[in-house]
Amino acid sequence: MGVGRSYCVALVGLNGYIVEVEADIGQTLPNFVILGLPDAALNEAKERIRSAAQNSGIPLSRRKITANLIPASLPKRGSGFDLAITMAVLRAAGDIREIGGTVFIAELGLDGRLRPVRGILPAVMAAVQAGYPDVVVADANAVEASLVPGANVRGYKTLARLAFDFGADPKDLVLDYNPVDVDVPENEVELTPLVPDLCDVSGQSEARRALEVAAAGGHHMLLTGPPGAGKTMLAERLPGLLPDLADTAAMEVTAIHSLAAVQPSAVRLIRRPPFENPHHSATSAAIIGGGSGLPRPGAASRAHRGVLFLDEAPEYERRVLDALRQPLESGELVIHRSAGTAAYPARFQLVLAANPCPCGKASGKGMDCTCTAMMRRRYFGRISGPLLDRVDIQLQVERVSLADFGHAGREEDTRTVAARVTAARERQLERLLDMGLETNSQVPGRTLRGELRLAPGTTRILDTALERGTLTARGYDRVLRLAWTLADLGHSDTPDIDHIGQALGLRQAAAAT
Amino acid sequence: MRAKDLLGRNGEALAADFLENQGMRIVDRNWRCADGEIDIVAIEGDTLVVAEVKTRKSLDYGHPFEAVGEAKLARLHRLSSSWCREHDLNALRRRIDVVSVIDSGIGEPQLEHLRGVG
Repeated sequence: MGVGRSYCVALVGLNGYIVEVEADIGQTLPNFVILGLPDAALNEAKERIRSAAQNSGIPLSRRKITANLIPASLPKRGSGFDLAITMAVLRAAGDIREIGGTVFIAELGLDGRLRPVRGILPAVMAAVQAGYPDVVVADANAVEASLVPGANVRGYKTLARLAFDFGADPKDLVLDYNPVDVDVPENEVELTPLVPDLCDVSGQSEARRALEVAAAGGHHMLLTGPPGAGKTMLAERLPGLLPDLADTAAMEVTAIHSLAAVQPSAVRLIRRPPFENPHHSATSAAIIGGGSGLPRPGAASRAHRGVLFLDEAPEYERRVLDALRQPLESGELVIHRSAGTAAYPARFQLVLAANPCPCGKASGKGMDCTCTAMMRRRYFGRISGPLLDRVDIQLQVERVSLADFGHAGREEDTRTVAARVTAARERQLERLLDMGLETNSQVPGRTLRGELRLAPGTTRILDTALERGTLTARGYDRVLRLAWTLADLGHSDTPDIDHIGQALGLRQAAAAT
Repeated sequence: MRAKDLLGRNGEALAADFLENQGMRIVDRNWRCADGEIDIVAIEGDTLVVAEVKTRKSLDYGHPFEAVGEAKLARLHRLSSSWCREHDLNALRRRIDVVSVIDSGIGEPQLEHLRGVG
């Protein structure tokens, strides 16, 4: 008898905090009280725990049970605390042995089974970082939890088995119960959806080249062109060109998806860059993250280390588009809600697609276009200047010509291009790692014009354009970034005049300077 | 007398003996007023103990203690003050105890006693 103690993790965004659970059994009438800012789901834990313990053959004490979650000021949400509370209560009643520093993260079913919870990966990461490597989770979460280096994970199917391993009297325990979880696949499933291949795109050699450059340098991209030109097709093929995620990035991405998933389903590290393609009617909460209580990650965070594709970009609410400026700058989204502040990583590669005008016919000679000049201006005006400023590649995609269309099947496939992209990424990393950067798109203008300064002869066209006012200072930097990527793709140590020329070509879009 | 009432009677008798063995002096049993009934009134030192006795045959419908809820406790408090008013014993400290009796009919009945429950 006395106070029982166990540990759990409270997630605030992707950050986890160790929560100490103490349980006390008072000699008074039966009651069950949970202290320490529990939300509704956590308050319902009482009923789940009572039933689960009863049905596992290790009923809870019929006295006043007080469970206290420490620190009391941190809001705690969800059902993941069920198991930790149960173990603390069982310990307080003397039903099981001392628990030590083990962390318990699982929801309880009324029948005494352990159910998986969302966000197990970030939770276990936090536990290991806080110095609690021993973690007990639901069997269905065990694979995901084991992805965390240094974690000593044990997965259990039922409370009875767990209690048995913690020294409960086996006399009454229901040890032969073996529930089958229907929603969690037993076999490892391939999480990365099949990415369409680049060889499906006929012609469009200029756009294909731009896509390759975007992938190689991590440049944000705007595709303008009439409906049916293949903007969406091109954008969908970008993730396939990107190299696999490195260990840290893969952990970050898996952690976000573990948290954002409706069903707890991550069974392996996500190694492929994610692709998010929200509809243009999406609200800022859907893209940036939000929801009641503590905000959940939105599409921008789910696209972390991958591609965020906004088709029909001018159709998005301006508020939504402008909210993307923060993550483009800092790689992180900080969302404030009444229940607290959550920070989610959101370092994505932005791909915008837009029609040339509301009616979509203003490309080429624009003969059929019915839009007034005002309509066109308003249409593109929704993509604000500051946002467009961060988009290195601004490209016009024309409808594919009949000649190119006939050549279907002879185009380069994703593998060939991806190999070049990977090689170019390696060159960048070699050059930029000392500065703490990974891709050319991240190089600040100061560095471009400082440490990475090119010979005056090379940048002459740019200097002239700047003097004449046809190129802005920011545009100048963007051309330089692209030129570096082109040089990396061409196995050159520094960009030459030719690369600068090509780079200029990659940002000649109707809408932008 | 119906079976459930008989069970209750027996339980109360057992509880009264139990409390006497604990050193309490039983001063009243089954005291009734318009508001309800007190099972046992006892005195322990300078404290008036109002004891509620709950008797069950088994745990099939929950533990006897679980049948004592907020409303029941509130009524016991009201009854205790009524009893004191009627007997002019307002100076005494008052306490509510609950005694549970589990009497399956086989072997010795099991008694549990909670002091000062609310």
